[in-house]
Amino acid sequence: MSDKEKLFSKKNLQLLKDPLDDNNPISVQVLGICSALAITVKLEPAIVMSISVLFVVTASNVIVSLLRNFIPNRIRIIVQLVIVAALVILVDQVLKAYAYDVSKQLSVFVGLIITNCIVMGRLEAFALANGPWKSFLDGIGNSFGYALILVIVAFLRELLGSGKLFGIQIIPQFFYDNGYQNNGFMLLSPMALIVVGMLIWAQRARNKKLIEK
Amino acid sequence: MELANLFVKSIFIENMIFAYFLGMCSYLAVSKTVKTGVGLGAAVIFVLTITLPINYLLDNYILRQGALAWLGTEYVEIDLSFLSFILFIAVIASMVQLVEMIVERFAPALYSELGIFLPLIAVNCAILGGSLFMQQKDFSTITEATVYGFGSGIGWLLAIVAIAAIREKIAYSNVPAPLKGLGITFIITGLMAIGFMSFMGIKL
Repeated sequence: MSDKEKLFSKKNLQLLKDPLDDNNPISVQVLGICSALAITVKLEPAIVMSISVLFVVTASNVIVSLLRNFIPNRIRIIVQLVIVAALVILVDQVLKAYAYDVSKQLSVFVGLIITNCIVMGRLEAFALANGPWKSFLDGIGNSFGYALILVIVAFLRELLGSGKLFGIQIIPQFFYDNGYQNNGFMLLSPMALIVVGMLIWAQRARNKKLIEK
Repeated sequence: MELANLFVKSIFIENMIFAYFLGMCSYLAVSKTVKTGVGLGAAVIFVLTITLPINYLLDNYILRQGALAWLGTEYVEIDLSFLSFILFIAVIASMVQLVEMIVERFAPALYSELGIFLPLIAVNCAILGGSLFMQQKDFSTITEATVYGFGSGIGWLLAIVAIAAIREKIAYSNVPAPLKGLGITFIITGLMAIGFMSFMGIKL
């Protein structure tokens, strides 16, 4: 990395912006689907999950990028897994201490951040070949791309499925009195897949260059 | 009977993909043809069946509270369960490496078939997920843990083979352009998951 390059040069800003749409980790790179779908029944766990992933991706990106010249190529996967696992243990312990209810709802999915493909994917594809500052931006950008999809899906599922957002009633009682029903189906796991499928459809209809041949 | 029940449950009702979305990344990436799907599925069954019993022993004799009692009474209080993530993933990564070497040495033909998929498995959420669910479910014997691992693996194989077969056929269908590829795969998986929900409540 040349010293002359500004901290927020155009190229670096691109690293932040790309993952939000053109190169979204979930809908384009197909990374990190596992955890994205299972915890989107409600908004609160989805946001907690996004913050945890933001921390793990960014921190591991920076650490691996600092160590990238010292890690022997043959054992790099194990080294990366150990770094990521240590960070995830930190997150898990913090969640257990300060947000016990949410940590119970997330159950095994906090641990599964370790194998969240988004973490390994960015480490392999980006952090191993770039400096720490760029890796930091890449980590932030990708976690926001991930968070964006998570929040949209959780928003739709919680609103349509239970009429609430963050556990607060949003759809007025008046509607229910006149025969409005919550769509309980939205709370079941298959609907997460279908909602994401629809999101991908909408995104690609708008952004034609993402269409697969 | 208990075991048969657990087996069927882990294949159909608590299917790794349709109920928990575990291992979705490789499920979506490697399901373009049935052949590669079967290869990856077989490798997943293999690794799950090996790692679950090992992690079960680790969990019961080292990690959980009171597990160290066999060392002497002064160790009864120790609770190492916060280390489980790092220990489980280390076991999985090293097992995958070991399996890779053994297969390469003794079954070169199988190795060239599975070769590219084996390293991928270390980061397949289904494997770590299996171990974490095992820890959460508190199985009482090592046999139960093994059966659960084997069943989950079969469930995963079933799912990936099914979607691969559908994707092979769908290549000839007229799907709306923006929905092609990833989008339609998601929606089909969703529909299949709805189908699998009908197994709910089945008991042997």
